[in-house]
Amino acid sequence: MSIWGRVAVVGAYEHPARFAPDKTAYQLHAESARGALADAGLGIEQVDGFFTSGVGPIGILSLAQHLDLEPCYLDSQSIGGSSFVSHCLHAAAAIAGGLCSVALVTYGSTAASQRFAIGTGGASGGDPPDEFEAPFGPTIVGSYALVARRHMHAYGTTSEQLAEIAVTMRRHAGLNPHAKYRDPITVEDVLASRMISSPLHLLDCCIISDGGGALVLTSVERARDLRRPPVVILGGAEAVRHHGVGNRDLLDIAACQSGPLALARAGVAHADIDVCQVYDSYTITVLVTLEALGFCEPGEGGAFCAGGRIGLGGALPVNTDGGGLSSNHPGMRGIFLVIEAVRQLRGERGAAQVPGAELALVHGTGGMLGGRHSGATLVLGRV
Amino acid sequence: MAVLPRIDEESRGFWEALARHELYFQRCRDCGRARFPPRALCPACLSSATAWVRASGRGTVYSFTVTYQNQAPGFRDVLPYVLAIVELAEGPRLVTNIVGCPPEAVRVGMAVEVVFDDVAPEVTLAKFRPVGDDP
Repeated sequence: MSIWGRVAVVGAYEHPARFAPDKTAYQLHAESARGALADAGLGIEQVDGFFTSGVGPIGILSLAQHLDLEPCYLDSQSIGGSSFVSHCLHAAAAIAGGLCSVALVTYGSTAASQRFAIGTGGASGGDPPDEFEAPFGPTIVGSYALVARRHMHAYGTTSEQLAEIAVTMRRHAGLNPHAKYRDPITVEDVLASRMISSPLHLLDCCIISDGGGALVLTSVERARDLRRPPVVILGGAEAVRHHGVGNRDLLDIAACQSGPLALARAGVAHADIDVCQVYDSYTITVLVTLEALGFCEPGEGGAFCAGGRIGLGGALPVNTDGGGLSSNHPGMRGIFLVIEAVRQLRGERGAAQVPGAELALVHGTGGMLGGRHSGATLVLGRV
Repeated sequence: MAVLPRIDEESRGFWEALARHELYFQRCRDCGRARFPPRALCPACLSSATAWVRASGRGTVYSFTVTYQNQAPGFRDVLPYVLAIVELAEGPRLVTNIVGCPPEAVRVGMAVEVVFDDVAPEVTLAKFRPVGDDP
């Protein structure tokens, strides 16, 4: 029996903190768990599946202690910022398969208050393939910049087109009272900001913030008795891309595989998607992800993202909370993609609401887009 | 201070060749598929029969970025530098640096050739420079 349409997100909470030097990362996990369980109307004692990442190799054990959880299903899938999107996919399978009944997904990070240099502090994980890259000074932003340069070479994509993405995300952030940066910016502002790793400028890059978030998932049957309108997982898939045997096409990203698979599993066409939340670690991430997901043809991403098409009121509103480029980015923001999609499908977003949104697509990217990275796609719908 | 690779049993042949200023990649003796970075088994056919093939050292820039910010030791003092992926004439692509020209002169598709950078005793890195440039 298919798992699609049988499991729902019933609780979602985004921690409002963007700079929290008075809190620990575990505290942000716990406060987010409290928020999501309250949203769902469930008690923590009902949680029997626990999902988290970014807490170290077996850190889920320590975090389980912190929350005094003794679940019968544990998943600390760690594939970068997309991990939490992947957790929802895994939770859907676990709940539909009877391995647990109430899944809690948590995230928390104090990257900003610890002054952690996300993106520009070197990027070697110490795994065997890293030894062929680390001596040459790779950075996370540099990895994405390699993709941007290749895309520019292949298709004539311009820095102005990339800048428009940052401008749109900032416009959305202006409607989000919790967003870290809310003042409007222009294409000229992006191009005038200092170059970090060409062709990516400072304002092509995600911000660094603290933050946390949590999700609660359960079966659609159980969801009927809960206080929030359930948001159902209609389809999903994940994928990985890497240098392979030295034959990698930089524009063949993980979303090329997970996107079409997720849509097919949901039985949904691109034109049916009302709102999209895609990981915007950098402006180029949005452009190539939308192409890879199939919302436009390869090479058309620049034009697709221009002219306000991915803004509220446009053909495909993307990252309606302001995304990682303007709202929050504590290092691994995949959970916020799901949270914002849930809020949109519940119709809770006020001035940033996509009218009548019924179907949302979420895509998380984790790791280094121009190197080893993961992709996780979800198609979510309201019942 | 350079960041040095950690050399293990699957990569030792590659690094030892580089120390002799020779650039090698691997080719499966059974299915003929080229591979880089080195590893003991061919992932296409899972054969352990491996040939080391000496590369001509010629290639083209597949993509690049001029890095202006990197706080990591070994790199914060050498900014800006060019991080690149070079496609060898024989096929495999590798992560490297482009040296021997101003960063702003680098282009995708530019013809390059290997230069051997002896960064530590017994450790040499394969970097690339535009073809025709004298050191």
